[in-house]
Amino acid sequence: MVDARGFSCPKPVLMTEEEINKNNPSELVVLVDNRTAENNVANFAMSKGYKVTHDREGRDFKLILSK
Amino acid sequence: MKTKINPLIIITGIIIGVAAVALTAFGNPKNMGFCIACFIRDIAGTTKLHSAGVVQYLRPEIVGIVLGAFIMSLAGGEWRAKAGSSPALRFILGFMVMVGALIFLGCPLRMVIRMGGGDLNAFVGLAGFVVGILIGVVFLKKGFGLKRNYDVANLDGMVLPVVLVILFVLFFMAWPALSQYVADVKNGVEGAKNTTSFAISTSGPGSMHAPIFMALVIGLVVGALAQKSRMCMVGGIRDIVMFKNYNLILGFIGVFVAVLVGNIVLGNFKGFATQSQPIAHTDEIWNFLGMVIVGWGSALLGGCPLRQLILAGEGNGDSAVTVIGMLVGAAFAHNFALAGGADPGMVDGAYKAFKLSANGRLAAICCLIALLVISLTNLKGEEN
Repeated sequence: MVDARGFSCPKPVLMTEEEINKNNPSELVVLVDNRTAENNVANFAMSKGYKVTHDREGRDFKLILSK
Repeated sequence: MKTKINPLIIITGIIIGVAAVALTAFGNPKNMGFCIACFIRDIAGTTKLHSAGVVQYLRPEIVGIVLGAFIMSLAGGEWRAKAGSSPALRFILGFMVMVGALIFLGCPLRMVIRMGGGDLNAFVGLAGFVVGILIGVVFLKKGFGLKRNYDVANLDGMVLPVVLVILFVLFFMAWPALSQYVADVKNGVEGAKNTTSFAISTSGPGSMHAPIFMALVIGLVVGALAQKSRMCMVGGIRDIVMFKNYNLILGFIGVFVAVLVGNIVLGNFKGFATQSQPIAHTDEIWNFLGMVIVGWGSALLGGCPLRQLILAGEGNGDSAVTVIGMLVGAAFAHNFALAGGADPGMVDGAYKAFKLSANGRLAAICCLIALLVISLTNLKGEEN
């Protein structure tokens, strides 16, 4: 899981990229706390071939990436 | 990364460009329809944080931009009070971005507006800006990060909008007396006296401004659009380099094209040149280095001065601290003669150029060293 809450872009995308490059997970949960990061991480994940499911966790955004 | 284009970013860029040309047509200084750095500097002047007489005015555009972002983020359910991400570092980064911008004479937004006005010095600035962002990106790729922010009390996220509104109301109440004083000075009335607590420019850029409510309303619209579209001058270039994402740069290009076309339509455009440009100088090495500081500092902060205003409107207390850092930086820049100045132009048949003061050069070098230290000491800081 990548917990990028409290970070603004480009950090959440970079953290997601690092996790994908390191472990190439088939499923990955990314937590962010703002819509800008939510969109940017989702776009990035889709460009890496992941399917993205959007969910909320309280006031935060939960992205479930899978492929 | 495949670019998903958001048409709103292009619309926002064009509207900002048109608004900039309109504000200048209605009284703002040339090539300064918008300049976040210059306008914050003017606010520092009118509140007597510095005493440079020609740059003192409470720019309603700044109030409007922050308020527009505040209202739009509330309406869109995006407003959220957050703070606690390396506030002192952000303060000092805001301070340095302001010093760099005032050496060049403009924030990244004014740089683009100057480019659209035919000012070639701004293209030198752009080169520096890109270099600064590239340096910032190198450190971002190596893991540079300011710390995480956290949820805070709602009031914490409202500080900048509320303070700006209070300042604006006070300034507006003083405005009849202030404008009378300015008119008296301009008309050579003997014994003209400013009876208010605000300082006000009677000449120079600070005395040139569009009508107050027009500036406020345009600021509100721009703030709202910039909030929704994530408009950011630094983000445009950064995202191309880091993610091959061309979305944000379209806003940047939109501003340039709209300003260029607007200037041509209004007959303001006189071709591209370096000399005799409005509120600009030809001390190119410092134009370049000033914008290196702005690009680098803004890349570390995660956004240009405009974006910091927007984030402060969205409830980000750290961006509010950054803006206050810029305000204090502006005061220092003028109190210690660090800022750039316009070329005097043709004097006795020869072109007289502005040369940045020794203080200004020293400050620029200190800023570059400080940026390097901050960049190096915050690598891999994101795991906490």
